[in-house]
Amino acid sequence: MKIGVVTFPGSLDDRDAARAVVRGGGEAVALWHADADLRGVDAVVLPGGFSYGDYLRAGAIASIAPVMGSVVEAARGGMPVLGICNGFQVLCEAGLLPGALVRNDVRTFVCRDQRLRVEDASTAWTSAFEAGQEIVIPLKNGEGGYNADQRTLDELEGEGRVVFRYLGGNPNGSQRDIAGVRDASGRIVGLMPHPEHATEPGYGPSEHGGGASGNGTDGLGFFTSVLQALASA
Amino acid sequence: MGRVLVQVMPKPEILDPQGKAVAAALPRLGLTGFVDVRQGKRFELVVEGPVTPEVLAQARKAAEKLLANPVIEDVVAVVDADAADQAAHAGASA
Repeated sequence: MKIGVVTFPGSLDDRDAARAVVRGGGEAVALWHADADLRGVDAVVLPGGFSYGDYLRAGAIASIAPVMGSVVEAARGGMPVLGICNGFQVLCEAGLLPGALVRNDVRTFVCRDQRLRVEDASTAWTSAFEAGQEIVIPLKNGEGGYNADQRTLDELEGEGRVVFRYLGGNPNGSQRDIAGVRDASGRIVGLMPHPEHATEPGYGPSEHGGGASGNGTDGLGFFTSVLQALASA
Repeated sequence: MGRVLVQVMPKPEILDPQGKAVAAALPRLGLTGFVDVRQGKRFELVVEGPVTPEVLAQARKAAEKLLANPVIEDVVAVVDADAADQAAHAGASA
């Protein structure tokens, strides 16, 4: 299965995301922001970083890059898409996910091993987990405060579309401790923390006992889940 | 050349950490009279000719589609920049 990883000017975690795809058992395909060709991929990861220098708003300019026209069209047709950190911001700006990410309420960049609860294990990117399971993956951002109006938040909660919630204290002022959400189909998922940085023993989180995996590889499940979803589609 | 002024502010209900940081810094300069600060953005869109109603309509579209994110921000002004600046100067010298 081919998983595309988009590189925008200012993307930082595209190489780690591609490596995570391979560690999960997929084939990583590099995609370029200025090229609308998705090169026959079965799914797409929008990686973390500071696309276009976070100019205007984080993810705003990337959301209308040539490649995003193709990603939005394919996503609306059912292709799985995962947005990590800046990729989550891009998905919100592109209108594929509701809400917006704003500057952390603590006014500082936050970088730490973050405990999360997987609220929804039915998505294309979380089926390797159990609903309610606790995982630990890195969190590192300056603009991670999830915001939406109360009606949208109530809808997300009511439809079970909050996929991840922060545990052990809210790190950035996100409403209702939301760390990640999904679209109605469960194939488009966005989150601020970084699963791609937790796929290799010795290089992932060491705090909180290394997470559910015990060795800092709790992020691997994202990349095995999507292969499962594609195989059963 | 004409200039269109577009101003964007964070919605009142959205926390504005930049404004908060500025507000916390002002008393260090002895400026203690300000109880809150909100920080927004000013854009200047330049056109070849004068600012016509069509130009303003295009600028409004730019503001709604790209310059502001309606989830977290309000467009508070889309006006002829030169006219707005003249009015401001007139107000300042009055």
